Amino acid sequence: MESTIAGKTITVNQEGYLTDFSQWTKEVGESIAADANITLTPRHWEVINYLQTEQKNQVALSIRRIGKSGVVDIKEFYQLFPMAPLKTATKIAGIPKPASCI
Amino acid sequence: MKNLVILGAGTAGTMMANHLHNQLKQPDWQITIVDEREEHHYQPGYLFLPFDIYSPDDIIKTIEEFIPKNVKLVKHQINRILPTENKIELTGGEELPYDVLIIATGAKIAPEETEGMKGAEWQKSVFDFYTFEGSLALRNKLRDWEGGRLVVHITEMPIKCPVAPLEFAFLADSFFKHKHMRDKVEITYVTPLSGAFTKPKSTEALEYLLAEKNIKIESDFVIEEVDNENKALVSYDGRAIPFDLLVTVPTNKGDELIERSGMGDDLNYIPTHKATLQSLNYQNIFVLGDASNIPASKAGSVAHFEAEILTDNIMLYVKGQPLKEEFDGHANCFIETGNGKALLIDFNYTHEPVEGSFPFAGIGPLKLLKESRMNHMGKLAFRWIYWNVLLKGTHIPFVSATMSESGKHYN
Repeated sequence: MESTIAGKTITVNQEGYLTDFSQWTKEVGESIAADANITLTPRHWEVINYLQTEQKNQVALSIRRIGKSGVVDIKEFYQLFPMAPLKTATKIAGIPKPASCI
Repeated sequence: MKNLVILGAGTAGTMMANHLHNQLKQPDWQITIVDEREEHHYQPGYLFLPFDIYSPDDIIKTIEEFIPKNVKLVKHQINRILPTENKIELTGGEELPYDVLIIATGAKIAPEETEGMKGAEWQKSVFDFYTFEGSLALRNKLRDWEGGRLVVHITEMPIKCPVAPLEFAFLADSFFKHKHMRDKVEITYVTPLSGAFTKPKSTEALEYLLAEKNIKIESDFVIEEVDNENKALVSYDGRAIPFDLLVTVPTNKGDELIERSGMGDDLNYIPTHKATLQSLNYQNIFVLGDASNIPASKAGSVAHFEAEILTDNIMLYVKGQPLKEEFDGHANCFIETGNGKALLIDFNYTHEPVEGSFPFAGIGPLKLLKESRMNHMGKLAFRWIYWNVLLKGTHIPFVSATMSESGKHYN
């Protein structure tokens, strides 16, 4: 389905995750973050860039892996993206919601 | 003579020894299986032991009685695999060379991964049921526990038998009802997932059952620590769940031997091709069961289906032919729901569990994703099937290694 984010027409799935990363821009990320009541700081962007790189390298994302990445620990990850940080951060980053295993 | 070595004589390794010994014979091949343990445990029985449904005798046999005579059983601890030299180094220094290696060293709990889990309350009010010792200690605790807040908890995914903690909660409900003390017990199910299970249709069915049995669910709970002093689970987002009795499934990891060999990911699981079961890094190494990182359930049924396909692939490999990319992630699990009933789910990498009939389309006799007594009889019968059919590598009639879509109600 299509949604208007930051003035652009973006294709998203039912849960609001982008289905085509090429449509993602920083402004799109900021707009999704604003919907989650998050104002993105340079620290947020470090984490978002890390998630996008991991996704590009086809690494399966998990809270554990992020906690051991050296980029951010789990405590701070929760402070940056409260409630469900992995779900929120991946949505802002324009990448798929991580499949939570089997 | 060439050597095929199997590491681990659990469900997966034992099945492979039984599948291969008639195909790779002396004098051309010697099959060796290495495991330091004496006993083979029927791990699904750990779920029933705490409730006095099974006794230890029901779930323990020797490793030896399931290994074919022409397969050499080496009861020795493995130090590490030297994959570039094609050999295994045993503790003490002895080496075993191999031409083909099958790794089936499984997964086990690692409570030390969570702060406070193995603290002062471990096996006092904090228990696991994924080890024999844990399950037995929990049985002794439950025999005279007087009630209070029971918390059933999953630390993080992936875990072996992902439905087992739910089954534990359902069986606990049933257990306390029979003891006429259900009103004295508050049961809470705490999970890092967003719902009762990983797939939408079964989550819906299972959440209905949780509600029906008055079991509360606390989801998206990522544990930071077990607070031993206040007896509570604490999450990274600041929630605290108090308990009088905590039954937790700690982080699961592959064997330390994989770490010592430098062959695993951050949880010691080995990168493996999900359709051929060949190691991604070494052509003559194959991985099955819980030891691999493939995105399938860590369950005996999965190892059983994998074993049929891996046997074909090992034979293709030794003949120098291309491997079959056939494994589809097929899993088939009974879910005990208490009061003599069970659900059955059948699914693979691409198809989630749905309603229907199994194994015969439209007939059954087992029903998918619906509670029935017949499913419960199936689960109890499965222990006999495990010892007498499954471990021996005999094909289970009418149940194919790849999942059948017939008889299932997909939208």
